[in-house]
Amino acid sequence: MTRGLLWLIGGIVLGGIAHLGMILLLPRIAQDDAYGRLVPVAPVNTMTTLAAPTAGHEMMPFLDPAIASAVCRYDLSKGPLQLSVKVSQAYTSVSFYTRLGVAYYTVNDRAAGRGAIDLSLMTEQQRADMPEEEDVTAADRLIVESPSATGLILIKALAPEPGLMDMARESVASAQCKPLPPTAPPS
Amino acid sequence: MSLRLLAGSLFSLIVAALVAVGLTWVAVEHDLAFGAVTIGSWTATPQRGTTEIDPYARAYMSRSGQLPLNVGDGLAYSARVDDSGKPLDGHCDVTVEGLTPQARFWTLTLYDPAGRLVPSVTGRHDFTSAEVVRRGDGSFTVTVAPEARAGNWLPSGGIDRYILMLRLYDTPLGIARQTVREIAMPSIKTLGCS
Repeated sequence: MTRGLLWLIGGIVLGGIAHLGMILLLPRIAQDDAYGRLVPVAPVNTMTTLAAPTAGHEMMPFLDPAIASAVCRYDLSKGPLQLSVKVSQAYTSVSFYTRLGVAYYTVNDRAAGRGAIDLSLMTEQQRADMPEEEDVTAADRLIVESPSATGLILIKALAPEPGLMDMARESVASAQCKPLPPTAPPS
Repeated sequence: MSLRLLAGSLFSLIVAALVAVGLTWVAVEHDLAFGAVTIGSWTATPQRGTTEIDPYARAYMSRSGQLPLNVGDGLAYSARVDDSGKPLDGHCDVTVEGLTPQARFWTLTLYDPAGRLVPSVTGRHDFTSAEVVRRGDGSFTVTVAPEARAGNWLPSGGIDRYILMLRLYDTPLGIARQTVREIAMPSIKTLGCS
């Protein structure tokens, strides 16, 4: 009887450990996560405007129907990216996610100069490799460091009322995500 | 003796498998919401929108295909029950009334329990802070109901259960977490059911 109880406790403990392992592993093996759902519609290092969510046609659960969005599925292995978005009249934001969906940075239109959000996205290594003068000339340009080589950039513009949805969609459709032009080597 | 050992190990492994799969299933199918901030019937999980997101929330988000709302972007409060703890029922008239915390914009959206929009003849799934009709003191009442109502009517589509989500965009709340508990959120009351 005691022996049976020991086997039972052993099984529960082992199951608990296996459960923790499964939880930690799940984001890495999930095929149907947000990134996985975007793979078929969003080419790499290109901005793709997402269709407005309507009942029955939603890419992900809990999307805000008052928000127009565009996404850039990025891969920095070939070099840094530059991103620009014209801000809409209401509210515009740019959110960054790692490949596994961790939100690591966001910037909104408060930080926009001249009606646009302009920034460069690079890995820590690429940032370190930047020539110093380049760092100075780029001082007015926001530099975002990605903790992972791949991930997602989500552009959102709010339509405060349904009539302004076209305005919000125009804003996100203006967003660009492309490789940062190679800079001249330091003289 | 060895047969006993074999039976014992086999029993242990079966228990382990059941425990592991069972716990994991419960964890990813139900939103466990560790570290949630609750105000009335509203719940938010600000740390999910940061790099400090917990492993359970990551597993749940991955499994359901969601991207968390970055805490610098905004804060999402969701409600599944009214102020008396009654589940939100699409056959009833439910009022969402009062003031919202400080934010540049907010949106109030109705979803089915799986996070999908509910078909509506008017095409309305939400109200934004800019379009909601307010009283002189800035407060508002949104009525969630299956049939048209005067004022701010949010169609429930007559579904059995729904979720209301109040998203505050560009709010100082997410970052100053200690003040989150002291803010006022709109009340949710069920008036009557058809």
